[in-house]
Amino acid sequence: MSGTGVVKLKIDGVEVTANEGETILSAAKRAGIKIPALCYLDGLSSYGGCRLCIVEVKGSPRLFPACTTPVSNGMEVTTDSPKLRKYRKMTIELLLSEKPHICAICIANGNCELQDLAREFGVDHLRVEREWKSQKIDLSHSFLVLDNNRCILCTRCLRVCDEIEGVHALDIKMRGKDSQIIIDIDDDWGSSISCTSCRKCARVCPVGAIYVRDEPISRTKNKDIAQFILLRRRR
Amino acid sequence: MSREKRINFATVWLSGCSGCHMSFLDQDELLIDLSQKINLVYSPLTDVKVFPDDVDVTIVEGAIGNVEQMELLKKVRERTKILIAIGDCAITGNVPAMRNIINNSPEEVLKRAYVETADKNPIIPTEVPKLLRRVLPLNEVIKVDYYIPGCPPPASLINYVLTEVLAGRTPVMEGKAKYG
Amino acid sequence: MKPDDILRVAEREAEKQRAYKSRINVCCSSGCLPFGALQVLKAFESAIKEYGLEGECKVSRTGCIGTCSVGPVALIEPGGFLYQNITPENAKEIVKRHIISGEPVKELLYANEAFFKKQYRLVLRNAGRIDPLRIEEYIMVGGYSALIKCLTKMTPKEVIDEVIASGLRGRGGAGFPTGQKWNFVAREKATPKYVIANLDEGDPGVFANRTLAEADPHAIIEGMTIAAYAVGAEKGYIYVRAEYPLAVQTLREALKQAKSMNLVGENILETQFNFDIELRMGAGAFVAGEETGILASIEGRRATPRPRPPYPATSGLWGKPTLIQNVETLANVPLIILNGGNWFAKIGTPKCTGTKCFSLTGKVNNPGLIEVPMGITLREIVFEIGGGVPAGRKFKAVLVGGPSGGCLPESALDLPIDYESLTKAGAIMGSGGIVVIDDESCMVDTAWFFTDFCVDESCGKCVPCRVGLLKMRNILERIMRGEGRLEDLDLLQELGEYVRDVSLCGLGQTAPNPILTTLRYFRDEYIAHIVDKKCPAGKCFRLEAEI
Repeated sequence: MSGTGVVKLKIDGVEVTANEGETILSAAKRAGIKIPALCYLDGLSSYGGCRLCIVEVKGSPRLFPACTTPVSNGMEVTTDSPKLRKYRKMTIELLLSEKPHICAICIANGNCELQDLAREFGVDHLRVEREWKSQKIDLSHSFLVLDNNRCILCTRCLRVCDEIEGVHALDIKMRGKDSQIIIDIDDDWGSSISCTSCRKCARVCPVGAIYVRDEPISRTKNKDIAQFILLRRRR
Repeated sequence: MSREKRINFATVWLSGCSGCHMSFLDQDELLIDLSQKINLVYSPLTDVKVFPDDVDVTIVEGAIGNVEQMELLKKVRERTKILIAIGDCAITGNVPAMRNIINNSPEEVLKRAYVETADKNPIIPTEVPKLLRRVLPLNEVIKVDYYIPGCPPPASLINYVLTEVLAGRTPVMEGKAKYG
Repeated sequence: MKPDDILRVAEREAEKQRAYKSRINVCCSSGCLPFGALQVLKAFESAIKEYGLEGECKVSRTGCIGTCSVGPVALIEPGGFLYQNITPENAKEIVKRHIISGEPVKELLYANEAFFKKQYRLVLRNAGRIDPLRIEEYIMVGGYSALIKCLTKMTPKEVIDEVIASGLRGRGGAGFPTGQKWNFVAREKATPKYVIANLDEGDPGVFANRTLAEADPHAIIEGMTIAAYAVGAEKGYIYVRAEYPLAVQTLREALKQAKSMNLVGENILETQFNFDIELRMGAGAFVAGEETGILASIEGRRATPRPRPPYPATSGLWGKPTLIQNVETLANVPLIILNGGNWFAKIGTPKCTGTKCFSLTGKVNNPGLIEVPMGITLREIVFEIGGGVPAGRKFKAVLVGGPSGGCLPESALDLPIDYESLTKAGAIMGSGGIVVIDDESCMVDTAWFFTDFCVDESCGKCVPCRVGLLKMRNILERIMRGEGRLEDLDLLQELGEYVRDVSLCGLGQTAPNPILTTLRYFRDEYIAHIVDKKCPAGKCFRLEAEI
């Protein structure tokens, strides 16, 4: 997405130079300003679904997701404010309440981006009631497991499979609260004809929804995999 | 500090594994400091049978799973100034609440536990308190003042929150509270 | 065909019509069909045949006149006599007495003058007056002359300037200035460019776009072609719900006719301008009507919206510049071209020009489809055009803007209707749905109903809409079970503001409106549920207590 021109903007009061077409998130990152995000991952297309990276832009009453909003000249961005913190905290609370997340028995306990965000934002309890509907756990693959009860629908797995592995074995079925990750056309993973068993989906899963059986999750997870492969390809 | 100025302190154990109480005890030598500031008026660690009136601070471990616990918790809330939920069970339902996944039906849970998986005498017990349809975290039933997440919460976090609360300050949880 | 040929079509058709002394327009729109409109049409035709009047009276199948609750209806010209509740039996009676003896059948006439008095029909100018399936009739009443004017006398820039001068704003709900949008697309360099006509009208109880397509499809096609000329597009899509079979059928036939007359396609009217239009049907997702959802759907993907910017004007269908307009917006365009932007700007209010179609439903005496000038008050709509709530009941609220609109109380009825004042009051223009609510309804239950609709229709992409709305609905259910707490009201408010501010697309951003407005205007009903465990309207507490 790099354009030809160069633009100047201010992020949290810091003067930042960025390429035309670059996103706020990417410009902020280079300036050393961290914006929380869950669905965003370096090396994958931006999705704009988790809403954690929302930022304020001076002159607009709206909030903008930093991962999809392109920079423009003279833009003044605020990445942290009481309002943004309150809203991000709410997003984390809602994600924790959407599925029967039980950190104590989750394979990703201690290696979970959602758990880390809850700690960072001081989400020490949930003000909304939790959902306890159980969803499909696919154990049919010889070593990959998909547990929809832990999925936060960030679609990193879909995107890494589609954009990096080039297979698009994963997708979403249904919509809204009933959305679920599926393999092929809602087949059992073990009988999938398109899955190459490359594990990239497990590597990028921010929570414990896709994991490798009998492998410590700290060894499976690798947030840099997509970006790493992209850089290799460009050589 | 003189004995008169000590605050009345209680601990309550509902549906949980008692791990939070263990972690409470893991404060080790810090417990000595704490003991100078409190009167332990009710706890599974003592033999007091009735929850007393006029308690200043109560920490509650565990989720609410049956009618007896529900009754006790409501009494605790009435008689306590500051109520602190300790551990994931009290805060989210955690492991005890996993039975909620089974169609929200205690009958099926009891059948599974006492009949389908029994080696002998497959009977659903009737002498125990009636199960609620769903296991609930404390804040879905009563007002909770502070929360200490964790399964169990580390002793240091428990100590931090208690120290702050006893000193009349609000604990800052950003960066400290970890589920699981 | 050349422009002159089109003018000749108009002349020939006018000559043909002049041969008839009278004309019976039978509404065969989706509103009248279930009441037996086709049988009535047949009855009229056979009566005319029986009395040997084929050369004198023309029986026509037309679109909707607006009085949907008293169908089947028919309009007899000259004189504009509107008959209601027609049956095949009294159709013959009407022919005998009205057509032959020249005495209108008074007992069957639609007597409610007030329904039409404050209406102003621009978009629905031809609805109920021409046969939508005959392009000749549309051309006869001046149709496609605006397109001819654009192609022969105006540059694309002049067309855009005219639309800017008119002050026309998008009728899809958000009210973005139309001319400005056209400018954005026109100045883009990338090609091909696309025009999309949005006819994915998914709001429950709303039927304005459907009626327009069924009654006057060529107005949409002409407006769209003019828009394409203005922005330099060469391909267009009309995105219509598959749940609107008659609209689909009508548009398909109209497109065929327009293509056969060289009004759509290559070298339109023997100029250098090419513009092809394709009909696309939606598969049933409400969110496909959102402008980036529509893009995904036309491209063949799940209809999930994506964040803007980039806006469709710069990166729309397949990444190309795309103009997306609601069909009602497009139907205004030919009139603006013919009569001038300044003429249009005089209608309505200075900031909000023109008219708006509303689907008026609920507890009101005269439900139906209406078109009113912007700036009219809700009181005029509900109590004059709508005739107020049925006898014995009391007005309580009016929901404006469809399922994500706001419930406004009596005190808000004197607001002039425009985009800004509705938003300020907590409602939206939205799709133009107006549901009148009387004292039999519980406002908590009403808020629940519309929130539940949005929960079902959320695409699930972003967290606030997918989870936040669900939690809001669940809290309402708790209150309706009698298990609510006073803190729930603050939580609902906080969640509502969060979902409104943080959601990705218009669906989520407006979905909390029913809850936020009922909290604002009908808080006492919530408190009655929570504190007194009572539903003032006697609707709630039907759900079994959970604990």
